[in-house]
Amino acid sequence: MKLTVDKLAQLRDELQAQKAAREGEARAQVTVHMGTCGISAGAREVMNALLDALRERQITDVRVTTSGCAGLCSSEPMATVQIRDAAPVKYVDLSASKIIRVLDEHVLGGQVVKEFALAVGSERIA
Amino acid sequence: MFESTSHEDRAGQATQRLHLMVCAGTGCVSNNSMKVKAALEEELAKHDLTREIKVVATGCNGFCGVGPLLLVQPDGILYQKLKPSQIPALVEEHLVKGRPVEKHMYHPPEGEQPVPLMNDIPFFKKQVLITLRNRGLIDPENIDDYIARDGYQALAKMLTQLTPEQVVEEVKASALRGRGGGGFPTGVKWETCRNAHSEDGAKYVICNADEGDPGAFMDRSIIEGNPHSVIEGMLIGAYAIGATRGYIYVRLEYPLALKRFQLALEQARAYGLLGEKILGTDFNLDIEVHRGAGAFVCGEATALMASIEGRVGEPRAKYVHTVERGLWNRPSCLNNVETWANVPLIIREGAKWFTKLGTGDVSENPWGGSKGTKVFSLAGKVNNTGLVEVPMGITLREIIYDIGGGIQDGKKFKAVQTGGPSGGCLPERLLDVDILDLEVDFDTLVKAGSMMGSGGMVVMAEDDCMIDVARYFIEFLMGESCGKCTPCREGLRNMAKILKRICDGEGRESDIELLEELGHAMMDGSLCGLGTSAPNPVISTIRYFRDEFEAHIRDKKCPAGVCRELVEYSIDSDRCNGCTLCAQACPARAIVGEQKQVHAVEQTHCTKCGACYDACNFHAVIRN
Repeated sequence: MKLTVDKLAQLRDELQAQKAAREGEARAQVTVHMGTCGISAGAREVMNALLDALRERQITDVRVTTSGCAGLCSSEPMATVQIRDAAPVKYVDLSASKIIRVLDEHVLGGQVVKEFALAVGSERIA
Repeated sequence: MFESTSHEDRAGQATQRLHLMVCAGTGCVSNNSMKVKAALEEELAKHDLTREIKVVATGCNGFCGVGPLLLVQPDGILYQKLKPSQIPALVEEHLVKGRPVEKHMYHPPEGEQPVPLMNDIPFFKKQVLITLRNRGLIDPENIDDYIARDGYQALAKMLTQLTPEQVVEEVKASALRGRGGGGFPTGVKWETCRNAHSEDGAKYVICNADEGDPGAFMDRSIIEGNPHSVIEGMLIGAYAIGATRGYIYVRLEYPLALKRFQLALEQARAYGLLGEKILGTDFNLDIEVHRGAGAFVCGEATALMASIEGRVGEPRAKYVHTVERGLWNRPSCLNNVETWANVPLIIREGAKWFTKLGTGDVSENPWGGSKGTKVFSLAGKVNNTGLVEVPMGITLREIIYDIGGGIQDGKKFKAVQTGGPSGGCLPERLLDVDILDLEVDFDTLVKAGSMMGSGGMVVMAEDDCMIDVARYFIEFLMGESCGKCTPCREGLRNMAKILKRICDGEGRESDIELLEELGHAMMDGSLCGLGTSAPNPVISTIRYFRDEFEAHIRDKKCPAGVCRELVEYSIDSDRCNGCTLCAQACPARAIVGEQKQVHAVEQTHCTKCGACYDACNFHAVIRN
C-alpha cells in the first residue's frame, strides 16, 4: 500500500487507538481482583467478558488491570471501577453478564450499578 | 519480506490490555533477553493470556547496566536482570494475580525500598528525551509503531507546507549543531550544500553511522531503537538541499543496526515513504545502506566518502569542502545518526520549541549556544551505566551522581573522560572550580580542555591510573591510524612507546617534554581531524595530571596502583591475623605462612594481580 499525506494521517489515528494501552491516557480503570479466591470463583470469565465487550464496542481508553485478593474472598469475583476524578467503586459477586452491565452503565454511562456495588471508596493506606 | 498490515488485519487485531516491552538492544540481547521473551510468550500461552497481553521487542532502553529489562505498560513497572527461569513465577504473580514482584525491581544502591515505576528511578527521572523519545515504546522492526507515535508526520508537514528554503531556515533557527563531535551548525551546512553547484544536478545526503569511539554506543542505540527517525531526518535533509540519493554508512560491527536499517528502508519503501513520488508528491529519494569494514578512520567525512566510492578509506585534504565536492565529486551533506534523528522533531514542533532546551543565545547566530539534548553513553566507574539523553547545560554532577548513581563501591571521583580518543580527561578540580559543577555543552567542554565528541563519557575513580588510560587511547589510535600522513602514523607509535616505558618504570626525565613536542607536531602536521586530535588524550593528561606522570617517572610509583611494574604487594605484620584468605586467593601461590601466623608475599613469584589485596578483610595487604 502506497501512502499519501491523508492516508498517513488516517493510518496513524487507527494505530494510535490500538496502542493506547502502551501510553496510558485512560478515562477509567477497571481492576479485576484475581487472587486465588477470585480466580476459583470465576474472575477469569469476568475478565474475558470485559475484554470482549471492550473490543466489540471499540473502546480503547479504558484500562483493565488485575490485582490480588481484595480481602472479601466470600464475595468474589470482585472488580473495582475507577473513573477519573471520582472515588473508586467496588463490585462484588460478579459474573460475565454483570460486568458488562457495570461497563455499560457505570464505566461508559456514569451511573453506579447499585445492586452489585459493595461500597464507594477504598481502605485507608497507612 | 515486509507485508504492510491491511486495514482489515488491524481492525481484527485485538486491543491487548497489557504490553510487555522486552528490551532487544544489543546489551540486553547479549544477556539473553530474547530467551526471556520466548519464556514470556510460552508462559502467556500456558495461562491463555495471549489475547489480552502482548509481548513487544523494543530498542535499547538505556539502562544497560541492569539488563535484561522488561517494562510492563501501561503500569510503567520496570523489571531488571531477568533470567528465563524466573519468568514462570513472574507471569503467575504479576500477570495472572496482579501482584508486581518486588525482588525483580530496581533497588537503589543505598539499599532502600525497591522502585517499581520506571519513571521514578533516578536514572530515568533527570533525562529529557528527543532522539530517544520512542525508546522502549516501539517495536523498531515495525513501521506501524513509529507511525502511531507521529512518525513521518514531519515529512508530511514539510511536503505540504514548506519550501526547501523554509526547511533550511527552520533548521538554522533551531541552532542544531552536529552531534558527531564537531558541533558545526547543521543548518549552515545544509545551506552551503543547497547553494553548491553540481554539474549534473546530483547531490547526496549521507548518514554517518560509523561510530567508532571506544565506549560510545549512542548511534547504535538510536538505530536499533528508532531507525525510522534517522530515515525521516534524511528525507527532510534531502528535500532541503535538493539531494537525489541517500547513503547510510554503517560499520560492520553493528549487525543488528544494519538489519534494522535494511528492514526499515524496505518497510518505508512499501508504504511509499521512499522511492518515487513520496506520499503522492513529486519528491523522490531512495536510500541505500553501505557497510563499512569497521575502520575508525572511515568515520572521517572524506575517508567515509572514499570508502563508499570503493576506494581505500583514507582522508584527503579539505581545501574544498565535501558540501561542495564530496561523494563522486558532487555536493554531499554528511550528518551523523543523532543529528539526523533530531531533524523530524525540529520540523514538526518548530525551531522555537527546540531552542527552549539548552544553553546560550542563538538568536543572532547558531554558534551562540548549544540547544536541545545530547545523548551520552555513560560508562566507567559509575553505579548505573547505560545510555542517557540529557538537556544541554546539565551539570556533570547531575549526570554522574543523580543519573549515574555515584561512583561504584563508594570510591572517590577522580576524573571524567569525554569526547573519546579525540577528547580529554577533566580532573576533579579545574582552576579552583569543582568540575562536577561544569554545565555540559559544546563550548564549556572545549574551554575546559576536552570536547563533546560523539558523546562517550567515561567516569574514573581514585583507583584509575591516568597514564594507563592515556596509553589505552593512544594504543587504540595507533592501530586505527590509516598511515597516510607521517605525523599521525609515527607520532602515535612513538607516543605509545614512551607511555609504555613510563608505565613499566623506565620513564626518563625528559619524557613529558618529548610527549608534548610530539603532540604539537601532530596537531600542526596531520592531514585530517583524527590526526590533529589524536594527541589530546596525552596532552590533556599532562596538563591536568602532571604529578602522576612525575610519580611514575621520578619515584617509579603508580599512585593508583594500576601499573604492575611499579606496584609491590606486602603484608602488614601488625594487622595480619593469619586467616589465610589471601593465600587461598593467590593464583600464583606467592603467599606463604601458617594458619594464625603472619603471612608474607614472595616477590619472585608475585604476578601483582591484586587478588590478595581484594581478599583481605583486615587491610593487612599493602600496595605501594
